[in-house]
Amino acid sequence: MYPENFRYTKEHEWVRVEGDIGTIGITDHAQQELGDIVYADLPKPGTSVAQGATAGSVESVKAVSDIYAPVSGQVTEINPVLADAPEKLNEDPHGEAWLMKIKLSAPAEIGKLLSAAEYQKYIEAEK
Amino acid sequence: MLDVIGVGSVEDLFAHLPEAVRLKQPLDLPAGISEYEVVEYFSARAAENATGYSCFLGAGAYNHFRPVLVDTVVSRGEFLTSYTPYQAEISQGTLTTIFEFQTMICQLTGMDVANASMYDGSTAMAEAAMMAVRATGRGRVLVARSVHPEYRAVLRTYSENQGMPVEEFGYVAEAGTIDLEDLDRKMDDLTAAVIVQSPNFFGIVDQLPAAAEIAHGRGALLIVVFTEAVSLGILRPSAEADIVAGELQSFAIAPSYGGPYAGVIATRDKYVRQMPGRLVGQTVDTRGNRAFCLTLATREQHIRREKATSNICTNQALLALMASVFMTVYGKQGLRELAEQNLAKAHYLSGQLRPRFCGKFFNEFVVKAAGRTPDEINKALLKKKIIGGLPLGRFYPELADSMLLCATEMSRRPDMDVVAEAFQ
Repeated sequence: MYPENFRYTKEHEWVRVEGDIGTIGITDHAQQELGDIVYADLPKPGTSVAQGATAGSVESVKAVSDIYAPVSGQVTEINPVLADAPEKLNEDPHGEAWLMKIKLSAPAEIGKLLSAAEYQKYIEAEK
Repeated sequence: MLDVIGVGSVEDLFAHLPEAVRLKQPLDLPAGISEYEVVEYFSARAAENATGYSCFLGAGAYNHFRPVLVDTVVSRGEFLTSYTPYQAEISQGTLTTIFEFQTMICQLTGMDVANASMYDGSTAMAEAAMMAVRATGRGRVLVARSVHPEYRAVLRTYSENQGMPVEEFGYVAEAGTIDLEDLDRKMDDLTAAVIVQSPNFFGIVDQLPAAAEIAHGRGALLIVVFTEAVSLGILRPSAEADIVAGELQSFAIAPSYGGPYAGVIATRDKYVRQMPGRLVGQTVDTRGNRAFCLTLATREQHIRREKATSNICTNQALLALMASVFMTVYGKQGLRELAEQNLAKAHYLSGQLRPRFCGKFFNEFVVKAAGRTPDEINKALLKKKIIGGLPLGRFYPELADSMLLCATEMSRRPDMDVVAEAFQ
């Protein structure tokens, strides 16, 4: 369920690192909790984000959830698919519905994040 | 009831309150009076009002006819006494009227989306400014001096406490329209919006396309404000505006000594998520029938808290309904005819006077008083049961010798002739 090559946060974001670019998204657990997602408010490309700081938000019909950047860096790209089809976040949160790509400014930060097994354990405990 | 809740007396319910804060004597209120005496009291107070006077005041509150049908519809208990719905989807009737209202406002202003109404035109303008700040990510706002002075004062109240710098730019002395050079000089890349009113406070149709070019050229939004809604019946809706903010008092809302009124805020689709206030949307129910709901609620404070677009969580439903009935009763053609009558009456009056500005005006214009002060002219008119125009010295020291006159469909020719004579 939770890809081994991703790293996870306790705020239910994932990051997939390739070289110095991290692709980030929300986890399947997050989309389940949110319900039908209707909108993703993402930072403009070029924006700098810090690990743990808010970087946009995801909206369902009756709630808004902040996105917390799993890593620090600069936003290089946001997913164009989400503007017209935010519901993809419910359908494929780990794949087609990635949120944004960040050029990492401090790759060592990855070490602080959870592995797939650790994240799995974490959400199990939360129940 | 005391038995049921197991309490000895009413006093026992307050026993937990500290002695120090307990009131030990009965409230000092006069004895009650009969219903007849109450009616008599208010009739006497109402009789102290000046009735049967003709009024040439405009300046944001206008003397227009209120079609009889308005009160008939609005007095229905379902509308008159119901509170703003909390479980909105149950109040389909209320939501339907608001959706119709929003639709008509879009048709009149040429905008893509309008909300369920604001408190009044002045706060609508302030909210529009804040909207522009959010949408552009910039902090500063430019507003024309020809925008209603009280609207600018309200904007200052909002902006001062938010660290949102507001700067004013002037008007041209001959035409009474915005000073484009002054605007251009003060414009910069930190400006979120340029706010212009049309017809402006002097009644003059202002330079919207030119203002738009300057604003858009530097990435700022153009906010167009209106105080006289009847002008929408004849003036081309601004294609250049990004946000429209205005006042609906002219649409069957009695002047009421300043309020309550209903404000309008309308914008382009791309800014809808930055809009404050209630928004009614159309949808389908589980049976596929057309239904209405409150939509995009995630903008609002009950969900977004301190990140909400505004703290307004209501609208002026009853007054917006008055405006809706007005718009429905007049219709597109009727509203145009009404606007043309206003234009004709004001120009009949101005034809006998010398307007101070050469700019084209709708139903208000500025006249310089020669020989006497504006106050002296008004004093003389009052003796003839005519309320004259607004002496401008209060808001524009450079125009202390002038007054703002307004003529509407309600202005009678004999009265206009008396007003004209008072200026000779």
